[in-house]
Formats: sequence, C-alpha cells, structure tokens
Amino acid sequence: MSESTDVKQSDAKQSDAKQSDARRLSVFKTYKLYVGGKFPRSESGRVYEVQDSKGTWLANAPLSSRKDARDAVVAARKAFGPWSGATAYNRGQILYRIAEMLEGRRDQFVRDVADAEGLSKSRAAAVVDAAVDRWVWYAGWTDKIAQIAGGGNPVAGPYFNLSTPEPTGVVAVVAPQDSSFLGLVSVLAPVIATGNTTVVVASEKSPLPALTLGEVLATSDLPGGVVNILTGRAAEIAPSLAAHQDVNAIDLTGAGAGTDLARDLEIAAADNLKRVLRPSSATDWTAPQGTERLTAFLETKTVWHPTGSLGASGSAY
Amino acid sequence: MPTSASAPASAFVDATASDSALRRFLHGLPGVDAVGLEARAAALGTRSIKTTAKAYAIDLAISMIDLTTLEGADTPGKVRALCAKGAHPDPTDRTTPRVAAICVYPDMAATAKEALAGTGIKVASVATAFPAGRAALPVKLADVRDAVEAGADEIDMVIDRGAFLAGHYLKVYEEIVAVKAECGDRARLKVIFETGELSTYDNIRRASWLGMLAGADFIKTSTGKVAVNATPPNTLLMLEAVRDYRAQTGIQIGVKPAGGIRSTKDAIKFLVLVNETVGADWLDNHWFRFGASSLLNDLLMQRQKLSTGRYSGPDYVTVD
Repeated sequence: MSESTDVKQSDAKQSDAKQSDARRLSVFKTYKLYVGGKFPRSESGRVYEVQDSKGTWLANAPLSSRKDARDAVVAARKAFGPWSGATAYNRGQILYRIAEMLEGRRDQFVRDVADAEGLSKSRAAAVVDAAVDRWVWYAGWTDKIAQIAGGGNPVAGPYFNLSTPEPTGVVAVVAPQDSSFLGLVSVLAPVIATGNTTVVVASEKSPLPALTLGEVLATSDLPGGVVNILTGRAAEIAPSLAAHQDVNAIDLTGAGAGTDLARDLEIAAADNLKRVLRPSSATDWTAPQGTERLTAFLETKTVWHPTGSLGASGSAY
Repeated sequence: MPTSASAPASAFVDATASDSALRRFLHGLPGVDAVGLEARAAALGTRSIKTTAKAYAIDLAISMIDLTTLEGADTPGKVRALCAKGAHPDPTDRTTPRVAAICVYPDMAATAKEALAGTGIKVASVATAFPAGRAALPVKLADVRDAVEAGADEIDMVIDRGAFLAGHYLKVYEEIVAVKAECGDRARLKVIFETGELSTYDNIRRASWLGMLAGADFIKTSTGKVAVNATPPNTLLMLEAVRDYRAQTGIQIGVKPAGGIRSTKDAIKFLVLVNETVGADWLDNHWFRFGASSLLNDLLMQRQKLSTGRYSGPDYVTVD
C-alpha cells in the first residue's frame, strides 16, 4: 500500500466520522436523585435548569421536595443499623473502593467540575485529584478514629473505665455551595467513615458533580441508603431535615456563616436536641482537613467495669 | 337501622338445607372478574387524602385497630403493656383516640380483660385452634368457651380451609354455626377465611357468603400467619359481599382486613375502599376493623407530623 492511498483512506475515514457526528442525535442525560441505592426522580416531578459558569444550559437536575427529604431519611435510617454495625475495617475497604471508582471516572469529574466552577481543565483536574486523595485519607481513618477519640480513662477506684466513640446516627449535610466536588467530598466522607448515614443536600448552583458521585457510590459496594443525595433549593429541603425528629445531627456548612437560613435551621434543629455543626466562614477546601469533621458526629459511650480480686480466692475479672 | 346477624336470613334457608343445596348456592354465585376487581382496587388506591381529611382518616383508623399480639412468646407483661398502649396510644397527646380492641390468644384474654377494665376497649380472642384450625370440633368449642369465660368480647375463629377446599361446605357451615352458638350473646363472632390459602377470588366470594349465612358478625381476611394476608382486592371483594348481603337481607356484617397493613397510606386506602363500596355506614369501629400491630406506630407518627409540622421518627413511639 503506497503512502498516498494511505492518506486518502484516513481522509475518507475522517469525513465519515464527521458525517456520522452530524447525523447523530445528541443523547441528553436525565440526572436523577440518589436515594436508598436507587435513582428516583423527585416525588414532585419538578426539575430545574443547571447552567455552567458562563450561563450555558448544561442539564436539568431534579428539584427535590420535602417529601423526597422524608423518603431519604427513611432510607438512611434503614441503612444505619448495618452500616454502623459493619466493622471499621470493612467500612474502610468500601471507602477505598469508592476512591478507586472515582479515579476511574476522573475524566468525567474533571469535565463536570470545570463546567460547574468555571475552571480550566488543569485546575479542575487538580481539584478532582485532591478530592480523590481526600477520600482515601478519610478511608484510612475508619479503623483509627476510635484510638484517638476513645480509650481507657484513669479513674479513682477499682474500675476499668473505657470510652468508645459511636456514630451519631442519621446526619443531614448541607453541602458547600461553591466547591461542588472537593467541598462535597470533604463534608461527606468523614460523616460516613465513622458509621453514620447521611442525607446530603448538594450545591444548588452546581449539583451535577454530586449526582455523578451518586452513580459512583451506587457501584462501589456501599450499601444503599448510607448516602442519599438530594438536589434543589437548600432553603426548601433543609428546614424539614432540620426539624425532622428522626435526624440526629445536621451539618450546616452549605447554609453559609451568619445567614438567616443557618440561624433558622439551627433553631429548628433545637427541638429534638440535634447535634449541629455550625458553618464557619470561608473554609479553604484545598487545605488539609483535620479530624474535626470526623469527631463532630460521634457520641462517646463509656463503660465502667469493676477490677480487682473476687473474694478470698484472689482470682480477678 | 341494620341489625346484627343472628340466624341465616329467611331468604337463604333453602340454601343451607343440605350439602348439595349449599354447594349449588355457592357455586351459583356470579364469578369474580379478577381483572376488573384488581383494577377497581388499584384505582381507589390512588385517591389523594390530605390535610383535614387525612387527620380524620388517621383518627378513624386508630379507633378501628384491633391491636394484636399473637406470638408464642407473649407474656402477661407484654399483654398488659399492649393494653396500656391501646388505651393511650400517644401519651404525649391525650386527644388520640383509643383503639377498638386488643387481640390475644385465649389464655391471655383474662389478663387483657383485667388490664382494659374501664377503658371501653374490647378484648378479642382468637380461638378454634388458631391459626391452622386443625382440631376436632369439641376441642375448638372448648377453646371458644374458655375465651368467652375469660371475658373475651369478640371471638376470632378460623374456618377449616381443608374442608372448604375439599368442597365440604356444609361441614364448614355447621362449624361456624356451632361456634356462633357457643358465643351466644356474650361475644361477637369474627370468621377468618385465610384468603391467602383459598387460592381464587371465586373461593373468597363463596367463603364470604358461607360465613355470612352461618351467622358471622364479622368476616375477616386472614390470620396474619401466612405469606399473603389482607390485600385491597380481597378486602374489596368481601366488602361487596357484605353490601350485597345487606341489600338482600337487611343484615349488616362487619369486615376486618388483617395482616400486612403497616403504613398509614395503606390504611387510608382501605378506608377509601370502605367508603366507596359500602358507604359511611361501615366507617365505624363497630363494622370495620384493622387487624394490625405495627400499623399503629405509623399512624401515630403521621398524626404527630400533622399536629406539629415536623416529621416524627421511631424514637417517639413505643417499641412493641
């Protein structure tokens, strides 16, 4: 085969490809919620337009209602027993698995994040890498947090006194509005690492990275219901989560420090003594995170056990 | 005003004269249009009941519950706890109505009767070798007598499904008549068909008529001990039977779906069936009951949601 025919052939192939591109109808994706391990539409049937940073329409995302929030809480409560009862080692393995799957979908996340936050490809890639690394970092903490948050306490008596941290329960998370992926991972991973289950209200402006994350979670051995992702207006969904009697804690990060919404949510959360993580102003999500978010949603259980000899025989417990 | 059942209505005396006459009558009942029945039940299940109507339905449903515990592990303490719950379902809100009855095994009837004294709540006792019904008639009657003497206001008997399926309708009929006689005026009789074991809708219709002819005060779907319990189509079919029976004889008979009804949504669907099929005459706990245990908690959580505006959770109702 001569060089010139070779060139012609490849030209022909290219024009073929162009033609089929032109003829092909675009396949638009229907983004759906992630609740109880499934991908339902909003109960309300509503959607809203998601735009990129330049105002171009990207896709429609579900506009969740308070009933979606209620259903998500039911799913999270159902998942809490098995997830909190799983061994810390097992939870760690599953979180690593999620990190592996995130890595495999890296290109898709880079595109999502670049669109959502108006970053260049290389900046977006750095954000996604940081998010995957953060996930791995939190995965490592699952079987180590008990050592730093619990332990034996010295007491003035013949007792063993042991404190162990236990997950708080169902945690509602209002995810950061601006950092749609790194911020989301930074608030979500520590909550589930310790055995809590969550209902996450994704960034209102840029929900697509969160919905894509739901697709990753669904294929990563994570039991359905451990993470439930809702999209829509935080001001609409979060109040019913804050007032919900079966939600044990709420992370108000995405409500914004000093806003009316954050204050109202805190008041609503007071009714059943919910644990509240108040929003701090301007968190830098690219900076290393401490263990603060891990310990925020833990309860300490302390056990007293008598020590010393049992009567005259001298045998001990 | 419709009266309660006593003896087979005069119109049907011939039908129960002999085994063959009874068979002829029961097999002469019109066949059930299964597709139509299921479609009708499904269509009525889509009604949207909201706000004040929902609040009314929830309170009505609570007042219709036969709060049930039928476990081998039942203890007097557990029965007393259940009675206390029936009397004050939601201790934080004393406007919550009481349940209709507490349903227990015969040996617990006396305990329940004592615990419920002064509350107006009835004691229902299952009997006749519940749930299988596999015992000789004298044993079944002794079971019923024990329950009635222990103070049961209502007897939930099971029919002999083996005899029914084998076509010995008169045997089933006579058993129900004998149990009814044993109850006398002291207890109302609910007849359980165990619809999940009757296989066909035609059989459920036949069983309904058989039970009504034999003098049942209530016809009840199931024991709650088999895989398929009360379903909307089964219950709709039985409601149609009591409606037709009253139209022909003037005798009103109650209906009790039991087993598998766990959520407020389900309960409200059943209430819609009642209202649309037999009308408001049956929307009262004298004529319609739910056999349930976990349903009450869900109704209470929904009630709390309506009164406070906050979604409630399982931490705010008792663990039974």
